[in-house]
Amino acid sequence: MTSKVECQECGANINVPEDAVAGEIVTCPDCGGDFEIASKVDDKVELKPAETVGEDWGQ
Amino acid sequence: MVELSIIYDKVRFEEKVLYERAQSKGVKAQIVDAKTMTVSTASKKRDFSFGDVVMQRSVSHYRGLYLTACLEHLGFKVINKFKVAETCGNKLITSLVLAENNVPSPRTQFAFSAEGALETIHKAGFPLVLKPIVGSWGRGVFPLRDEETAGMVVEMREEDDSPLARIYYVQEMIDRPPRDIRCIVVGNTLVTAIYRYSAQNEFRTNVARGGKAELAPITKELEDLALKAAKAVGGGILGVDMMEDKKRGLIVHEVNNTVEFHGAASVSKSDIPGAMIEYAVRLAKK
Repeated sequence: MTSKVECQECGANINVPEDAVAGEIVTCPDCGGDFEIASKVDDKVELKPAETVGEDWGQ
Repeated sequence: MVELSIIYDKVRFEEKVLYERAQSKGVKAQIVDAKTMTVSTASKKRDFSFGDVVMQRSVSHYRGLYLTACLEHLGFKVINKFKVAETCGNKLITSLVLAENNVPSPRTQFAFSAEGALETIHKAGFPLVLKPIVGSWGRGVFPLRDEETAGMVVEMREEDDSPLARIYYVQEMIDRPPRDIRCIVVGNTLVTAIYRYSAQNEFRTNVARGGKAELAPITKELEDLALKAAKAVGGGILGVDMMEDKKRGLIVHEVNNTVEFHGAASVSKSDIPGAMIEYAVRLAKK
């Protein structure tokens, strides 16, 4: 079941898919803010601000 | 039972499927957040419960590189090795290593100041491509088609405070179809190859830039070259990127150390994460 969690920036609802795990990035559909899933136990999800994309990211 | 640690700083498709595939193959896997790790000169291997083998999957090149150095110092087997990550994470070093090993690659010139870069560009003639020596997803890659653009791009580079911005990597622009080939090499095997087509109005083929993937046929030439390039940089789990030069045939322009395979997995029938896990298991048992 999709979990809903409040955006720390704008208060909108962010949907977190059921198969999401800690460490994944979710994006607020309203303000576009990126958040990392800090923990996820059943449908209880905690977010923290995601790192900004670095110049050395990716392959 | 083999124990595997997958180190991440951001969980992507790749890290999730590697974790799931490890479990389905009977490997005891855990995923570890690189951002929470600390290591010291007094650290011992026994202080960390990382099992038999570690897969370094950090999306940040430097974080992955230096953490790998620490883990190898402690005595862990890491995929890929520090030396491989160091080579592949730097386009200049990669180009040198490919040339030393007679792997066909684009003609590339290096300059160490804006003046040097402009002189090199002027002598080489157009079209050219200017690339940052560290970085990916096609960021900072500029096609240079005339002196005016080249001058502006070099001037822009001068505004960048990063010491790496003073190092200029100027490559010939290959006359190729609007695609490149991403080869996923695991150990001594070419697991799959895909064409990556550029998005509209875009010369870069990165899937991160909207490029589209399509399965590429594996020819003997492709396989031999992919394996030769992988061996040249030190081997492991690698993404060898090639272009089809209309005159010279296949040439290798990049080898990726923490290969992303979301695009490849969407079109390939090969079990890409499965092959990676089997490689890790073989390494663990060595």
